[in-house]
Amino acid sequence: MSLVQAQLERRGLVTASVSVMPGITTAIGVSRALIVPFGLGRPFGAPADRALQSSVLRALLNLCARTDVPVMESFSEADAVESP
Amino acid sequence: MQPDELPLWERALIATYRWRRVDPVPVARLGRPIAGCRVALVTTAGLVAPGQAPFDLARRGGDTSFRVLEATIPGADLRVVHRSDAFDRQAVERDVNVAYPIEPLGALAAAGVIGSVAPRHLSFMGSITAPGRLQRETAVAAADVLVADGVDIALLAPV
Repeated sequence: MSLVQAQLERRGLVTASVSVMPGITTAIGVSRALIVPFGLGRPFGAPADRALQSSVLRALLNLCARTDVPVMESFSEADAVESP
Repeated sequence: MQPDELPLWERALIATYRWRRVDPVPVARLGRPIAGCRVALVTTAGLVAPGQAPFDLARRGGDTSFRVLEATIPGADLRVVHRSDAFDRQAVERDVNVAYPIEPLGALAAAGVIGSVAPRHLSFMGSITAPGRLQRETAVAAADVLVADGVDIALLAPV
């Protein structure tokens, strides 16, 4: 996925990826990544939890506005509860 | 994050995973506020829309092709075709939004958080152990789709 992400950035698209394996993400190198505490297969959280899924999306969008890149940040469910 | 902070399973995976480092990391910049941006999703959940050919589960090195998912296709109509059993397939099959959050993305557009949802999104199968073909050909074709649709932001969800 990182190779696709890099190609998209080369073509002028701003990208951010969810990461469930931060060690791999760091080793490969991506422009913007959000480390999530969910299991493999559930990068946006629990099934049917639209609020949590939306919070992960918002966190990714916030990364897209960042200029201090490459950047990798952690997402927490506590943040999700507090977000509007 | 330091390597010794990682769980044992991930350290073992790093030691054996055939990854290819991106260096230097290319970086694009937003040309407009996020509230005016068109946003696309890219997933590796192996999602296939009705009528589309399934991914090739037996292809050596992995199937590097991708499927274009029209934004209008209900998530419940998508099926998972993936050769890996290392991820929570049941969660994806129960609610595709855990790996392809098309419904909450639409809600963000309706709320004005983003400008619009892209008309087309991309699905890969992942589990690609021979990334050369992906890098040379498929990634370029995938970018062509999103560039043609005027996408500003792509959010990627590896499973």
